[in-house]
Amino acid sequence: MTSTESLIDRKQLAYIASQAADARLNVELETEGMTLNIGPQHPATHGTLRIIAHLDGEQVVWAEPSCGYMHRGYEKLTEVRTYPQVTSLVNRIDWLGSFANEVPFILAAEKLMGIEAPPRAQWIRTILFELSRIANVSLFLGDLGVQLGAVTPVFMAFRDREHVLNLIEAATGGRFHPNFDRIGGLKDDLPEGFIDETRAVMKKLRNFCTEMEDLLFGNEIFQSRTRGIGVIPKDIAMQYGLSGANLRACGVDWDLRRDQSLPMAWDKVDWKVWTHPDGDSFARCWIRLQEVRESTLIVDELLKSIPSGPVMAKVPRIIKVPEGEAWVSTENPLGEMGYYVVSKGDLGPFRTKIRSASFNNISIVPWVLKGVYVPDIITILASLYFILGDIDR
Amino acid sequence: MSALLAADLPYWVQSLLRVLGGVVAVLLPAGAIVYLFLFKMMSFMQSRLGPMEAGPYGSMQLFAEVGKWLQKEDITPERADRVIFKIAPLVVLASTFLLVAVVPFGPDAWFTNFEAGVFYMLAVSSVSVLGILIAGWSSANKYSLLGGLRAAGQLIAYELPMVLAVIGVIIQAGTMNLQGIVMAQNTGEIFGWNGLGNPYILTQFTGFIIFMIAVQAELTQTPFDMPIAESELVSGYMTEYSGFRFLTFFIAEFATAGVFSFIASVLFLGGWGVPFAWFGWTDIDSVDNWMNVVGPLIMFGKMMLLSFVIMWVRFSYPRFREDQLQRFAWKVLVPISLVNIMVTAILKVAL
Repeated sequence: MTSTESLIDRKQLAYIASQAADARLNVELETEGMTLNIGPQHPATHGTLRIIAHLDGEQVVWAEPSCGYMHRGYEKLTEVRTYPQVTSLVNRIDWLGSFANEVPFILAAEKLMGIEAPPRAQWIRTILFELSRIANVSLFLGDLGVQLGAVTPVFMAFRDREHVLNLIEAATGGRFHPNFDRIGGLKDDLPEGFIDETRAVMKKLRNFCTEMEDLLFGNEIFQSRTRGIGVIPKDIAMQYGLSGANLRACGVDWDLRRDQSLPMAWDKVDWKVWTHPDGDSFARCWIRLQEVRESTLIVDELLKSIPSGPVMAKVPRIIKVPEGEAWVSTENPLGEMGYYVVSKGDLGPFRTKIRSASFNNISIVPWVLKGVYVPDIITILASLYFILGDIDR
Repeated sequence: MSALLAADLPYWVQSLLRVLGGVVAVLLPAGAIVYLFLFKMMSFMQSRLGPMEAGPYGSMQLFAEVGKWLQKEDITPERADRVIFKIAPLVVLASTFLLVAVVPFGPDAWFTNFEAGVFYMLAVSSVSVLGILIAGWSSANKYSLLGGLRAAGQLIAYELPMVLAVIGVIIQAGTMNLQGIVMAQNTGEIFGWNGLGNPYILTQFTGFIIFMIAVQAELTQTPFDMPIAESELVSGYMTEYSGFRFLTFFIAEFATAGVFSFIASVLFLGGWGVPFAWFGWTDIDSVDNWMNVVGPLIMFGKMMLLSFVIMWVRFSYPRFREDQLQRFAWKVLVPISLVNIMVTAILKVAL
């Protein structure tokens, strides 16, 4: 009897001793968190975004984006500009696909005035819109490689993006900031030879997409770095207001080009909205790759059916937009971009609210970065794909 | 021993020659790799021309860069541990010089002919880890700290596969002397056929692949460049270094790539020799004296070949995450190299 008791005692003692040792160990091994400021000046944020990450070792405890380092006040500036002047402002919002920024604003103004661009202008608008999407997203595909440590893809992206920029320059006169869209149509018709040249370039871009698939997307390291990383479920994505490829990568079949009727030419051709069920970084990158390819096909189809006629509707020389409010949004390269324009019947808008895609897309950063490793921060940020001008406006 | 370096010259001349030779053996590969591969090959792979202005085809670009770095201010961060911060790049470079000391370039053109050469080589290659770790720690920068810690974890993880890969070679050669390994390869035979000697890349192919992967990690070149990881950690442990100290790191990086290529070519490609059966040479004393001149050239060619592979991989792959890298080292490379050792040992005894 006594022997079992003493056994129990010994067990208990051993247990207490081990507890005490554990407690000592815990005190000794207690780690201290570290706050790492990624940005505002950091190679991965391609601009001046700052991510405040609280780390435990290399794991993120919490992270928070801090934006506003490049705020330029475009919403306020539109109030002291006339309507035609605003386009030159807003195409600096998403500077990689700048023509796409002009379109929704012009469409909103046209909606207020009750006019519609002639068919040829609609076609050309859509073509240039898709070209700017290609220019934007193809750079994303290259940049993705740099973020993951592969230096070569970005140069390939620049090489092939150059052709698209040349096309945009040929049509509009500006490589980055076309300022080409006008209320009631376009500044000019397409230049001679544009159509053949565009067909050739679209072919090159499709080759580029295949190249990227081989070089990057098929790479096992790339897949292991992106698959299952930064998974965003469908409902969370909807709650945070994600849009564009980020939303479609979560399996939501939602594309404003198809889902709303605008005076644009998207509904005139057949094309496919790509979705991916996974919602991880790989899905987001893959969707964008498919969209570049789809855009080249859209451009090809549109070039086949481009109507003839004027590119400018009859509008007064001095544009005064009648009193009213209008909201127009389009599916921009980065996601849904919209303008809420309030007019008091003046030369310029009374108030403009710009809904830019990146600002909403990075709002999910604190949620999605919780618990990931430092290298995954970069992967996830790269795959969410934001442009600083689009965040800070 | 034949006459060129070993016997006739006074000791101090020999030492001087060896020191000069060591400097050349470190700096020449570094320069060649930087210019040919980093500047030019990388550019051609990326559809651009690379440096074209300094000298014909930009061949003087390297000197321009060095000149630029030498002019720059040598900044030490305010909170840095000054002494250690300044020593760190030298420790990394010293590791390179220590490594080159055992590489044989010809029958007599060696710096030290050391019986346990392989052992020494594997030991001093870890010294660079120390330099990187103290560089990361003493910089007083969070990015540097993370980079240094990653480097320590990574380099230690990849020492083991490297050692295990080399053990296969040691078993086959029956010696740890690098000169002996060269002789064993060039006088050897594969199953009785001695047309090529026995370069161990043929009979130790698994070991060669594992060794090259480990070298890639040891050099922190791209699939394994988390310690530098310019898109995550700015520049990792090198973030705070500027001017001459950065240059030291830079030279060390590429010189070590060259020296490891030398070592890999000694261990797997037959070193400075061509198959000795061609010339009727059977042991080191019968090798002709002119191999002391031709040998280094052959070594240089083999080194460039292997460096090319290292750089090629560097320019085409994205990088691992460090936990994936550890998993790869411990779960893939170590078991494979253990199996390789077993198979080699069994075959060695059986044949």
